[in-house]
Amino acid sequence: MNAISVRNLSKSYTTGKQTVEALCNISLQVAAGELFGIIGPDGAGKTSLLRILATLMQPNAGQASVLGLDTTKDYKAIRQKIGYMPGRFSLYQDLSVEENLDFFATIFKTSIDANYQLIKDIYEQIAPFKKRKAGKLSGGMKQKLALCCALIHKPSLLLLDEPTTGVDVMSRKEFWDMLASLQQQGLTIVVATPYMDEASLCDRIALLDRGNFLEIDTPSGIIANHQSTLWAVKSDNMYQLLQDTRSWSGVTNVFPFGEYLHCSPHSSNTDIKELEAYLLSKKQQQIVVKQIEPQIEDVFMHLMNKHHVS
Amino acid sequence: MLQQFRAFVKKEILHIWRDKRTLFILFGMPIVQITLFGFALTNEVKNASIAILDPAKDEMSAKLTSRISASRYFEVERVIVSPSQIDEAFRTGKIKMAVILPPRFSEELLHTNTATVQFITDASDPNVATTLVNYASSIIHDYQQEITQSQLPYTIHTETRMLYNPQLKGAFNFVPGVMAMILLLVCTMMTSISIVKEKETGTMEVLLASPLPPLLIIIAKAIPYLILSFVNIASILLLSVFVLELPIAGSLALLLAESILFTITALTLGLLISTITASQQVAMLISLVGMFLPTLMFSGFMFPIENMPLPLQIISNIIPAKWYYIIVKAVMIKGLNFSFIWKETLILTGMTLLLMALAVRKFKVRLD
Repeated sequence: MNAISVRNLSKSYTTGKQTVEALCNISLQVAAGELFGIIGPDGAGKTSLLRILATLMQPNAGQASVLGLDTTKDYKAIRQKIGYMPGRFSLYQDLSVEENLDFFATIFKTSIDANYQLIKDIYEQIAPFKKRKAGKLSGGMKQKLALCCALIHKPSLLLLDEPTTGVDVMSRKEFWDMLASLQQQGLTIVVATPYMDEASLCDRIALLDRGNFLEIDTPSGIIANHQSTLWAVKSDNMYQLLQDTRSWSGVTNVFPFGEYLHCSPHSSNTDIKELEAYLLSKKQQQIVVKQIEPQIEDVFMHLMNKHHVS
Repeated sequence: MLQQFRAFVKKEILHIWRDKRTLFILFGMPIVQITLFGFALTNEVKNASIAILDPAKDEMSAKLTSRISASRYFEVERVIVSPSQIDEAFRTGKIKMAVILPPRFSEELLHTNTATVQFITDASDPNVATTLVNYASSIIHDYQQEITQSQLPYTIHTETRMLYNPQLKGAFNFVPGVMAMILLLVCTMMTSISIVKEKETGTMEVLLASPLPPLLIIIAKAIPYLILSFVNIASILLLSVFVLELPIAGSLALLLAESILFTITALTLGLLISTITASQQVAMLISLVGMFLPTLMFSGFMFPIENMPLPLQIISNIIPAKWYYIIVKAVMIKGLNFSFIWKETLILTGMTLLLMALAVRKFKVRLD
């Protein structure tokens, strides 16, 4: 059985006279036990999708079912079975770690002890601070506590909205380790994140942009599907380099990526030497040009460009 | 279910308890308001400074002046000897009124049966001036009656009886008003703010995604404030009985029962406000401007409703506090029983049920 099944879902918001399409006719299946990533930039529609799945919003059109239950009709039953962690920290800042956890355990009609096994690994890390007010925790600690609170009732499905935004690299890694071990315990997990590097940690991912899924596949599948030549360029004047590279007709999809610019040649006949020669003619210094393996982000940029053009 | 409810109420109490500043305001407010209205903001005139000019200095004039100075309304600031000093005393603002007796007071009175006493008042505050003249006239009138009784067969009687408030105590009017105000502030404003706060900080999102029934959230939110307002009612009543010496004339149980009814009205109003607002500031503004001001203006506590133009009189009927104010006055001051206030109680109950139905209908089980 699919844990999540979304068919032709649309959601729009109206503010004043403006209508913004947050989700445009999207469909999605997530299998039980999957660790599924919804990857997309801010404003792509991730939160809207998660809120509809968490029964907090109703779609304008289309259907969504979670654990075999309809999100509109059976919202009460769904709320018993899911764990939801909103995008921003949504626990009581004036209550201590322990009080928060205790409160959420009780409103889900369970206790900390009953499901301690599930949260043990995570809770042990925040246990030294259990008397501390939640508002006084560090960003990573807050997210771990929020995860504990979302897990305390042993949900079958975990919906996490940008759980690692604003969290340091170490804590992010720990957080994903936790998700992996939760998945091994049989949980279905859906994570929305803007971080492309987290995509490879998921079983499958959906690339979401402006309310449309660009592609749904395994991370390696997505990269394999768009196997194209990718070049990385570097020089001492990065700004000028971006301008120059973009003005050259031989390449397309030029965008900065870390300390390099990434771009793809227009046709497979174009040689990387031609680019270097062109840049030299533009009086660029210390030029480094190399061919690289594409990452999810490259594919995403590529798909986004293609989508916008079409 | 009971456990969920208990946990929720406990959480609410922790929120209130940990916010010491708000807690202090909540408990301090009734005490400060009662004290302020009871002692500082009174329109009674007490111990007004006056000057007396008594050129006659005979037995009868001495009796009269000693009567005036013995009254608790007046404090004889100085006894002046010439009319020229009066102007100066007024100009420096030292006195509010001057009482001037004629040069041959007893002679005039005994021979012509008339004597004229002149009052000069500082009419920059016309209310105070009128009040002072009234007080002084009645003292002189009393005195005149006393001395004429033995000598002349006819005397003029003017009898004024102040119903319910023989001492003209201001406290009789404001205690019910302050009760209505405090209950509205604590219940309406605090409930709406505490619910909207959950929306603002995003915790409502988590609560909604949980299996908690929305009705339970609402009731659990209201319970701590119900308790809190009960403490406030008790402290207001204790203060008014023991400090302002204003006894509760009617049944205490009835007064408390009616207060609980009004508390529930106020809580429901707060809930309704929380369902239509998204930020704490807006909730506070609506509570203050939309609830507190109308209560102040249209409950009859500050301004008599009978004096208002008809449209405003009609508007005053939809203000719940007006009915509560009438009820409290009837029970607390006039000592009336339920048969006299059942109509007001019914109106208030009807309003509460209507607001409750509206609030529950408006309460959203989702975010949009």
